[in-house]
Amino acid sequence: MTGATWEHFPHEADVGLRGRGPTLAAAFEQVAVAMTAVVTDPAGVRTASAVALECEAEDPELLLIEWLNALVYEMATRRMLFGRYVVSIDAGRLNATAWGEPVDVARHQPAAEVKGATYTALRVVQDTGGWWTAECVVDV
Amino acid sequence: MDPSRFTRLSDYAWQVEPFGAMRVPAVIFADEALLRAMDDKVFEQATNVAALPGIVKAAYAMPDAHWGYGFPIGGVAAFDAERGGIVSAGGVGFDISCGVRCLLTGLRRDEVEDRKADLADALFAAIPAGVGSTGAISLNPVEMDEMLAGGAHWALNRGYGEAADLARIEEGGRMAGADPSAVSAKAKTRQRDEMGTLGSGNHYLEVQEVCEVFDPAAAEAFGLRPGEVVVSIHCGSRGLGHQIGTEYLRDMAAAAARYGIRLPDRELACAPIDSEIGQRYLGAMRAGINCALANRQILGHFTRQVFGRLFPRARLDLLFDVSHNTCKVEEHDIDGARRRLHVHRKGATRAFGPGHPDLPEDLRAAGQPVLIGGSMGTESWVLAGTRASEAAAFGSACHGAGRSMSRHAATRQWAGRQIVDDLRERGILVRSPSFRGVAEEAPGAYKDVGAVVEAAHRAGLARKVARLRPLVCVKG
Repeated sequence: MTGATWEHFPHEADVGLRGRGPTLAAAFEQVAVAMTAVVTDPAGVRTASAVALECEAEDPELLLIEWLNALVYEMATRRMLFGRYVVSIDAGRLNATAWGEPVDVARHQPAAEVKGATYTALRVVQDTGGWWTAECVVDV
Repeated sequence: MDPSRFTRLSDYAWQVEPFGAMRVPAVIFADEALLRAMDDKVFEQATNVAALPGIVKAAYAMPDAHWGYGFPIGGVAAFDAERGGIVSAGGVGFDISCGVRCLLTGLRRDEVEDRKADLADALFAAIPAGVGSTGAISLNPVEMDEMLAGGAHWALNRGYGEAADLARIEEGGRMAGADPSAVSAKAKTRQRDEMGTLGSGNHYLEVQEVCEVFDPAAAEAFGLRPGEVVVSIHCGSRGLGHQIGTEYLRDMAAAAARYGIRLPDRELACAPIDSEIGQRYLGAMRAGINCALANRQILGHFTRQVFGRLFPRARLDLLFDVSHNTCKVEEHDIDGARRRLHVHRKGATRAFGPGHPDLPEDLRAAGQPVLIGGSMGTESWVLAGTRASEAAAFGSACHGAGRSMSRHAATRQWAGRQIVDDLRERGILVRSPSFRGVAEEAPGAYKDVGAVVEAAHRAGLARKVARLRPLVCVKG
């Protein structure tokens, strides 16, 4: 999505994730890339296979937590890393496809696994220009 | 933090008088330098905890406290079920029963020094570490439930470790009251192939030398002799604990309003101890404790196998196994009355003093061993619980150095390869699957563990017994 970005923001023990985009879905895609970047360089993850995910929640902030925790679960149980995400959100329901590959320790040099998304610094907001920011701290 | 916001109780204890919704004071144990260096978020989080229903005496923070989620890391808080007390998933954290196990090798440092590189390579090969690693053990659903109910007993029955280990583990190696049916299928799936794995982040296995003894009588009781070698293992309940924490945090956040609990922060998600969800969480969390105890029991066994091959003379008796992310039901004297409390320790170690009935007989005179992990390349400590500790913070002490710098800042300041090379120059061999992981865990990204331990000692939370210096570090 044009102009959509991600970054990490500092937290003493863990890592803050922030995604920005012109739509809520784009911001959620970016925050997921930021989570991959906790583990490894997202650009180094081959997008060889696709995994479909869905989740729902009653507000966008809780949906962000559900989305990130669904990805944590898929990464942990499939032992995969994801490099690209496509998200659609409709009335509190999120559908997504994550593309990635199995963890390759030598190539990915994975730094730390994500244990779970926390409610710390949790914020999903739309600015006056219509852009969305989605952010929270994940426990590593 | 600005010390003027506190009432100075002593040089090592600082109190926030109740204001706003606080039901009790908040007390931070630290020297003035540690206090000044702490993030203001510790103040905010400790005072939020002090506002929770049924809290007893005070919300405490240990000298290594830092910004957590909901509760500060290094936080201790006790709640009374009979006075509307709560249990909190955030007050335990994601890595349920993360802890440290210390094994005594009986070997002298010079014996190990000759074969140090072989030992480092063999341990790195035997201990699955890092992201995506799996153990050699895969559990079917029946075995999973047996493990969750049995803890280290289950591991022993499967051939991991020795019967004598059990007395040297908190709860005798098995947390009572575990309810495997309160643990979701997803949590169990996440754990299926993770038994006997170290994990990543700040988890490690270290071979260490006892380099200084401060309390000869306690050191003798613990089997710690200067110049001898020990092994310390720091890890927790792996994916199972993380998933339990994730799910109950969500469910408790949703349920709090139903029980009329106003949360200043969603992260403080909690429920009354006597509620259905509170009881279910306690059952699941205790199953998570058993998972961590079983996991460390298995890792201890792998370690013994490696030492057995390289050093046939080594015994590897278990000194002790402590947990530092738990909620436990304990009896404590409160203003002259014995009360049954749910004590949350998040990034804090239980530190029962001499004579405590829960300690094994041969450790009762010295007090409970308190195992404090430092950072790579610095030092670790063995302390002992004190009688004063039980009055100070429900028998609790610090758990480690505590970070002073974010992971991001650490990777900008240090390169993993350089750290590994520098430590090798100093006689410390690091083995890790990830140089970036090493950089994030750089020694300089942590507080001075010596200062943290000194503050715990001076505050009477635990007393110094021995200092340990790393020789080999397997990093997840």
